[in-house]
Amino acid sequence: MNVVVCIKQVPDPNSVGQLDPSTHTLRREGVEVVLDPGDEYGIEAGLQLVETHGGEVTVVSMAPEKGLDAIRKALAMGAAKGVLITDPALAGADALTTAKVLAAAIKRQPFDLVITATESTDGYTGTVPQMLGALLGVPSVTFAKHLDGDGQKLTVQRQTESGYDVIAATLPAVLSVTAGVNEPRYPSLKGIMAAKSKPVDKLALGDLGLETPKPGQTITSVQPAEERKAGEIVEDDGEGAKRIVGFLEAQKVI
Amino acid sequence: MAGTTWVFAEIVDGKPVAVTLELLTKARSLGGTVEAVAFSPVAEAAAATLGEYGATTVYAGTDPAYAELLLGGPAADALAKLAQEHSPDLILIGATYTGRDVAGRLAALIDAPVIANGLDVAANGDITVQSAIFGATQVVQTKFDSSGPKVALIRAKSFAAEPGGGGAPKLVKIDAPIDEKHRAAKMVESKADTATGPKLEEAAVVISGGRGLQDPKNFDLLHQVADLVHGAVGASRAVVDAGWVPYAMQVGQTGKTVKPTVYIACGISGAMQHTVGMKGSKNIVAINKDADAPIFKLADLGIVGDTLKILPQLIDELKARKG
Repeated sequence: MNVVVCIKQVPDPNSVGQLDPSTHTLRREGVEVVLDPGDEYGIEAGLQLVETHGGEVTVVSMAPEKGLDAIRKALAMGAAKGVLITDPALAGADALTTAKVLAAAIKRQPFDLVITATESTDGYTGTVPQMLGALLGVPSVTFAKHLDGDGQKLTVQRQTESGYDVIAATLPAVLSVTAGVNEPRYPSLKGIMAAKSKPVDKLALGDLGLETPKPGQTITSVQPAEERKAGEIVEDDGEGAKRIVGFLEAQKVI
Repeated sequence: MAGTTWVFAEIVDGKPVAVTLELLTKARSLGGTVEAVAFSPVAEAAAATLGEYGATTVYAGTDPAYAELLLGGPAADALAKLAQEHSPDLILIGATYTGRDVAGRLAALIDAPVIANGLDVAANGDITVQSAIFGATQVVQTKFDSSGPKVALIRAKSFAAEPGGGGAPKLVKIDAPIDEKHRAAKMVESKADTATGPKLEEAAVVISGGRGLQDPKNFDLLHQVADLVHGAVGASRAVVDAGWVPYAMQVGQTGKTVKPTVYIACGISGAMQHTVGMKGSKNIVAINKDADAPIFKLADLGIVGDTLKILPQLIDELKARKG
């Protein structure tokens, strides 16, 4: 089966994000970038499927040139090849533009399954998987916390507000997976070495027959959120529990 | 706004979900016409409630298949067709799992931008959505530049739901055949995580645990406290991802938003992912070993100490108080 996994390179989630004050786009200079930790679950899910049912995993990413590092990590985990779409016109692209670019790149080859995370760790829009489903003309089976499948079908536990739904889907489809769907592997030394010689296609907007996107939205202001008033922070001296009870009483919740 | 606002009405167990009523309430305050669009075999039965909260028209898709398929696909198709016919100015969708499915597919189908994670929306000429980024440390205003319908995903609990005294809405049946491709994703069954006591989103006290609890079995301490104060138990993403507790308990960016009278964070460091979902609590109590944990910046009362020592003492104190 042909599995495509969409991945994103993001600023290290352990660093504090910043917006460029003039362009309101994510500041990338001087910030360590990593493969989005949320994407490792999608890569792992794809690898497990092809290891059991045959086929290969292709990773697709829209990113500046440096995004190649994230693709190499996925290749080191075991993906067969990569596609990097990089174009200065894509700086600050919104979710729909991102989905259009990824869909155009995915369509260049036959696919059975497209896997994504549920949202990126930096942007958190969380709509690209569904947009991909619509653009590719297939169902989007989303928020999978458990997954069984083969080359023809999937059975998924899809997270809901109150528990989960069991969804049975036939392929082709887009699948978004939550963290917790599996335990992503670490790249082996052999995998890291092999990744260096695996093919990566580099494409620009023109190669996909797409024009420079028009942004549909503009950030008009960015302001610090109202800070909460500083509270009382105390070392526990054995009276901590009593203080909490006192606090609950003062708030009249007990 | 002299225009038309649509609210995607999500129907669960025969009733509109809370965020739908919150969005209808907000839509009323924007002025103009407020209408709702619902997809469920029992959508018509939910229309009266939608009217009460402000919808003057309810478009209802009642195909039995809406309950048998993964809803987002067919609902987005029908909503796109309807939007092209009626050209609403703004489509508000609650940021639930199904809401995100509908919004994403709809945006792609009608080639409209979607602004996600909305906490407020304003319409004064331009339509602007307020959201919070970087763990709610910064507030961002984003304006739609596009022509045509604007799609906004709004987080639950951004507004209070208040009935507007509206009468029965006009009911318009949606006639949209379901595309064959959507029949490839079937809903087999729906499972609810069983929880006793008040719901996480409704409890006056929420006590949440994170990695600092060290072992899944220590969540039992939280349940004991919750029982004693008639509260609910929540969790950080870290422990949900680790499989300690079910997703339904997750508080945060990708989980639930809670605004209880008192939120007690136990062994939670205060990662942005988590704080987004609990920052709106009236009061925050934090227990953590690490005096530098970011959660203390939000706390009204912070106890620097061993969570696993303090929780049993808290249980004893609460029991003693009850006598």
